[in-house]
Amino acid sequence: MSGKVVVIGGGSAGMECAGQLAKAGFSVTLIEKKLTTGGHVNNWYHLFPDRRDSIEVIRYLEKQIGHGNVTLLTGKTVNNIMTDHNTLIVNTTDGDEIYADAVVMATGFDLFRSERKEEYGYGIYDNVITSADLEAMFRKGEVKRVDGRIPEKVGMVHCVGSRDEKVGNVYCSKLCCVTAVKQAMEIKKHNPDARVFCFYMDMRMGGALYEELYRESQEKYGINYIRGKVSEVSENINNRLVIKVEDTLAGRPLRMELDMLVLMAGMEMSQSGAEIARSSGIATGENRFFAPADHHFGSNKSNIKGIFYAGTCTAPMNITETISHARAAAADVIDYLRNGSR
Amino acid sequence: MEKFGFTLLKERHINYDANDRSIAEYIDSREPSFRLCIECGCCAATCTTGNYTHFSLRELQIFLKRGENDLVRENIKKCMLCGKCILVCPRGVNTRNVVMLAREAFQKNVKNAV
Repeated sequence: MSGKVVVIGGGSAGMECAGQLAKAGFSVTLIEKKLTTGGHVNNWYHLFPDRRDSIEVIRYLEKQIGHGNVTLLTGKTVNNIMTDHNTLIVNTTDGDEIYADAVVMATGFDLFRSERKEEYGYGIYDNVITSADLEAMFRKGEVKRVDGRIPEKVGMVHCVGSRDEKVGNVYCSKLCCVTAVKQAMEIKKHNPDARVFCFYMDMRMGGALYEELYRESQEKYGINYIRGKVSEVSENINNRLVIKVEDTLAGRPLRMELDMLVLMAGMEMSQSGAEIARSSGIATGENRFFAPADHHFGSNKSNIKGIFYAGTCTAPMNITETISHARAAAADVIDYLRNGSR
Repeated sequence: MEKFGFTLLKERHINYDANDRSIAEYIDSREPSFRLCIECGCCAATCTTGNYTHFSLRELQIFLKRGENDLVRENIKKCMLCGKCILVCPRGVNTRNVVMLAREAFQKNVKNAV
């Protein structure tokens, strides 16, 4: 089968899409700006809902791109994509021009930089960490404060960088709630005596087995849920964190000391994806993610002929959804290359 | 002594760390479904007592969990134990037993006893 496809981004979406296209007989060039593939999955420890080790996912994805039709280019950054009739030219910052019949954007997401929510003190107080920092601790096998003590009392703040006009992100990142539930349970597994409090605005448990996980966290682990978004964090003389939150269900403000506070960072359009969107004229939505050509039938299609989307460059998604979306992108690309359908 | 009308207002904050949550712990250890509440309010909506007086089982459960026991001690006696709240609870909380245990705990004055 003739047809050359460039997939930009070597995370879950890009790897799965490249693998599927390779299996269908197309020649695929997978471009990754970092030196290693895998993307964000590399930084995660266990995945919800079944707490599978993320290494299993990485191995699966590596197998996908092990196909002979895939050429992997790492350490390469895409500048822009130009169109010349039916040919797309992918220009990289190091001066390469890669010709393709179709391009799949799989540029993924960036985690919200939590220091932007100054009131939570990330980067100011040692024991305010992010969900990603906590995953790194799980991977190391030790959840500890900076002073080496094991935290007895941990708070989790939902919606950090999501559903927040002040930081310009009005959308829900959708995965942070279930991540908080999963991480709260893992903290309890590390230290069964720990008390964990989730501070949420709404518990958005929309995915497969999420609600069951939420229930398990209450039933088996005794995780406490307090509805209300933490308004500010400070540190007291004992080096403990003091939080202020409105307990909206009690209708009263609440004050509490904590040993550690975990910020559930939301998902944003990746910087590199946004730059390619600007340089190449790919449409983006108000949420800054790539805008699908049609919300129902064209979530993998862009405004430019021959350019497709896969994964979290279009919206927050979990691994399952990302892989499904990447396969759908492959199906659209194949339809386009074989039948010329847009 | 002349009274000038100055007064100290009681802080409205729930001081979680200073509060006594032994009543909630007493209930939790005997009726594990207590911790499954998601604050939907079905119990309070269907409650006959709540229909005619200020009585909300949803609110009382929250206050117990936060250790605001003074707000519960007298109020929880209003419940008539009809059990309609158990029928409507989507999380399967044995709400009537929660009320029974709360009353028992208050009666025993369980502070520091669990």
